[in-house]
Amino acid sequence: MSTTETNASGVGPVEGASLYSVDNPAPVIEPPRKRTKKTPKSTRGNFELAAWLFMRLSGVVLVVLVIGHLLIQLVLDGGVSKIGFAFVAGRWASPFWQVWDLLMLWLAMLHGANGLRTVINDYAERPNTRLWLKGLLYTATVFTILLGTLVIFTFDPNIR
Amino acid sequence: MPAGTLYRGREGMWSWVAHRVTGVLIFFFLFVHVLDTALVRVSPEAYDTVVATYKTPIVALLEYGLVAAILFHALNGLRVIAVDFWVKGARYQKQMLWTVVALWAVLMLGAIYPVLGHAARELFGS
Repeated sequence: MSTTETNASGVGPVEGASLYSVDNPAPVIEPPRKRTKKTPKSTRGNFELAAWLFMRLSGVVLVVLVIGHLLIQLVLDGGVSKIGFAFVAGRWASPFWQVWDLLMLWLAMLHGANGLRTVINDYAERPNTRLWLKGLLYTATVFTILLGTLVIFTFDPNIR
Repeated sequence: MPAGTLYRGREGMWSWVAHRVTGVLIFFFLFVHVLDTALVRVSPEAYDTVVATYKTPIVALLEYGLVAAILFHALNGLRVIAVDFWVKGARYQKQMLWTVVALWAVLMLGAIYPVLGHAARELFGS
């Protein structure tokens, strides 16, 4: 388009033309997403809102849990050099640390899985790629959460 | 950089990129970390053998990188929450990012000795 035609008022031909008047009103166009009596009550729900809120709530809790975890494992009492089977046995003898680790496992895995779901949604464009990547993600997430939970609950300090 | 690949640039975009990258890295680490911890159900020897490799200097350096990723993701995550829920959050997002970066740098300096100390002792003798 090389030139734009304008009339004297500066309004373009489309906006300027008055096709309708009081006697000849424009037809009413139904908004495409207007809820009617036929619209089902429950539509898709608020999953994305819940996921968004979960990221923020779990994030705050994880800051406390994970930084506490890092302080204990990597900083206090000799750092990583003290860690071994005996150290794990000592920690999981207490229900407090079992609950701490269980909560951290569930929240971190769900937080991370939802984050990766967002990343896949953003970058994987072909429907098949999305399907397979998300299938792999959900499988790995469920497997890891179940394995971790099982390990915390069935830990046996006298395994040998 | 080809046109159209940069969103709006500057602090807002780059903090978003860094949040993404650190998040994905942490998630992959978490997966491995649950697997290695699960070895306590196999035998004390299996667990101790794997943890022994975590005490080598190279893994200590990786651990320092992990701490860097987690601290940035945690601090910037709190900034994201502030942007979302605090009325003035969006207006001060830049100042908050530089606060995050400064706090992160201080914590990373503080983490050098606890995280890398044992590796240094192993490499250079105690």
